[in-house]
Amino acid sequence: MSHDHDHTVPPSDLELRVKALESLLLEKGLVKQDALDAIIETYEHKVGPKNGAHVVAKAWSDLSFKQALLEDATATVAELGYVGRQGEHLTVVENTSDIHNLVVCTLCSCYPWTLLGLPPVWYKSAPYRARAVSEPRAVLSEFGTVLPEHTDIRVWDSTSEMRYLVLPERPYGTEGWSEAQLQALVTRNSMIGVELIRHREEVK
Amino acid sequence: MNGGHDLGGRQGFGSVNAEPESEEPRFHAEWERRIFALTLATGMLGQWNIDESRHARERQHPADYLKHSYYENWLVGLEKLLAEKDLVARIEQDAQCFRVPDASAARKILRTGGPTLLPDATQPRFCSGGRIRVARCQRAGHTRAPTYVQGASGTVVDHYGTHIYPDQNATGQRAGEHLYCVRFEGTELWGPESSSQSVYVDLWEPYLEEIR
Repeated sequence: MSHDHDHTVPPSDLELRVKALESLLLEKGLVKQDALDAIIETYEHKVGPKNGAHVVAKAWSDLSFKQALLEDATATVAELGYVGRQGEHLTVVENTSDIHNLVVCTLCSCYPWTLLGLPPVWYKSAPYRARAVSEPRAVLSEFGTVLPEHTDIRVWDSTSEMRYLVLPERPYGTEGWSEAQLQALVTRNSMIGVELIRHREEVK
Repeated sequence: MNGGHDLGGRQGFGSVNAEPESEEPRFHAEWERRIFALTLATGMLGQWNIDESRHARERQHPADYLKHSYYENWLVGLEKLLAEKDLVARIEQDAQCFRVPDASAARKILRTGGPTLLPDATQPRFCSGGRIRVARCQRAGHTRAPTYVQGASGTVVDHYGTHIYPDQNATGQRAGEHLYCVRFEGTELWGPESSSQSVYVDLWEPYLEEIR
């Protein structure tokens, strides 16, 4: 935890409310401290975009894996051990030179936790949730992503328990790269669909 | 209900604050970390389901929902559920009434998750390629039919099988309905000037009407 704040500043109402709630729940035995710690540890250290990057790099390297992934993502990533909450049902959508996919949850913040971890703040924010479905090109440009006029932009609104992961296009100039080298190229944002993967020579 | 959470297509929010980091800190304050863990841990008591939990966050004045930060809405939802389900009084009366998970039970529950796929009890009404219209529906309860697709016509592109139906699940009654992925043309949703091309939305059978 950062300690760059002034310790003379009293805690906010929010901090107090959460602290009071936690004390009450622990005291009454409705939650256990070690369970809280295990939950935080899981989402701070165990699951994150590296899982999704592993899946993407494997799909780029192994055509039969990619076909299985596009056909039944849930079972295919389960074989790699990626199972659990907010990843119970998965669909992978593939970007091509003509098609670009973008994922949003307009009603809350549904996101494939097992592959990407917890969603970033912007994904949960009102502007993204409101505008990704109605003006995706403008939203993409705010991420520095400008796509050709002819690109078919498909937006996926995660209204059910189906979670969506974008399979980005493999960048040019990466022929012969190992899975580990490819994995290092894959960004979280590219698997949500707000950016393209650039060939970064320094990664190799 | 189409409260403050039903955001698809709303205007006036300004631009997206796209953070430069590829991996931001998952929590921006200690209280966020705590409310996240408390929400998941209390959910594991099995006293409410994910749709009741979502609905508890949605049942706020729209101005409050929009003014609050993300995890503040989680706090509001959890405070509401704890009060409505009377959890503190119940455990005071009977200390054994809940099975409270420890770390290893919690890890197991996280790995199992909450699959919503159920066996088909009926034949699906629609098939891929079929044309549908989303029924207009303004009920007070929880729904996963966003306002921006209600009344719009689309094409079924996939049938995901029978899944737990959120509208009913949010009232504590578990039932299954066929779930479809439906494609809408941007111009159908936003008008002829729209630059949006296509939007794919997952919708349950009771939301849909056949177009003949």
